[in-house]
Amino acid sequence: MNKKFFIPLIAFFALVGLLLFGLNNDPKLIPSPFIGQPAPDFKLPKLYKPDETVSAKDMEGEVWILNIWASWCAPCRAEHKVLTSLIAKEKVPTIGMNYKDYGTEDYGDEAVKWLATLGNPYTAVAVDAEGKAGIDWGVVGVPETFVMDKKGIVRYKFTGPIYPEAVDDIIIPLIDKLRKEAG
Amino acid sequence: MRHFFNSLAFSFLFIGFSAFAVQIEFHQFENKAQEQLYLNLIAELRCVKCQNQNLAESNAELAKDMRDKTYEMIKQGKTREDVVNYMTARYGDFVLYKPPFKSKTLLLWIGPPVFLILSLFLLLKLIRKQGHEKSEPLTEAQRESVRAALDSKRLKTKSN
Repeated sequence: MNKKFFIPLIAFFALVGLLLFGLNNDPKLIPSPFIGQPAPDFKLPKLYKPDETVSAKDMEGEVWILNIWASWCAPCRAEHKVLTSLIAKEKVPTIGMNYKDYGTEDYGDEAVKWLATLGNPYTAVAVDAEGKAGIDWGVVGVPETFVMDKKGIVRYKFTGPIYPEAVDDIIIPLIDKLRKEAG
Repeated sequence: MRHFFNSLAFSFLFIGFSAFAVQIEFHQFENKAQEQLYLNLIAELRCVKCQNQNLAESNAELAKDMRDKTYEMIKQGKTREDVVNYMTARYGDFVLYKPPFKSKTLLLWIGPPVFLILSLFLLLKLIRKQGHEKSEPLTEAQRESVRAALDSKRLKTKSN
């Protein structure tokens, strides 16, 4: 049989393969330009002590996590247990950035109630009512979770609610690895 | 009745507006150039939350924040490049509807023209080949039958 007969067939399957690959890619997972870059600094008031501030610089020298959340965010509620057990297990300092929530017209002190009900696993809660620090961190939608190394370089970003498998397979091994690196 | 139709048309007008109008903040600029820069930027920056809309079209809260940031930067006298750099530093090239030309986006930029040239070349080759293709010479038996057919036709026209 003529070999040329197969060319369109092969081209067709190549196209199908390409489209299947595209179909399995989540367009919402935008690659973060922050990986490998220094963590964007912020200086935000603490939730429980508004006259004190918390900043990314405070965390230098340690592997730490930034978790961006809000009381109005349903997936945040879903990940809260997972996050709490991760923090307890790894004893990793974690800043919870409360995004466009506490102190806003719409949500008032919902965030405080939220933490009172579900528990507060955070080392400190930073209040970003206007979402300015959020923009600096390239927030698209909460929750988002970043892991920083001892030098304050962003090493990993997780978009959406973290789940147990992601914690066990990715985040915990990463934290262990980063802790062994020189500060 | 006429009044009824008028008000009907009027309400349709409103339906049209409400379906397409995006609540956009009112901003004041010092000069026309700044205003134009703002309008251009919000048209070419993509809303990362609702990915098929630009900042100008999107109702998402994030789009509003990004518009505000753009406005703020322009007010401070920042250039187009400053704003674009600021946004790409945070959201990546993804935030641009027109991606920059670099090694990662090479295929994106040169792919279509390469495919166009390639397919034109193949098409031309095909057409040329068909033009030059020699048809198979007829066998003696085929010639005979053609001759017979022509002869019979000729005879018929003569008899008419």
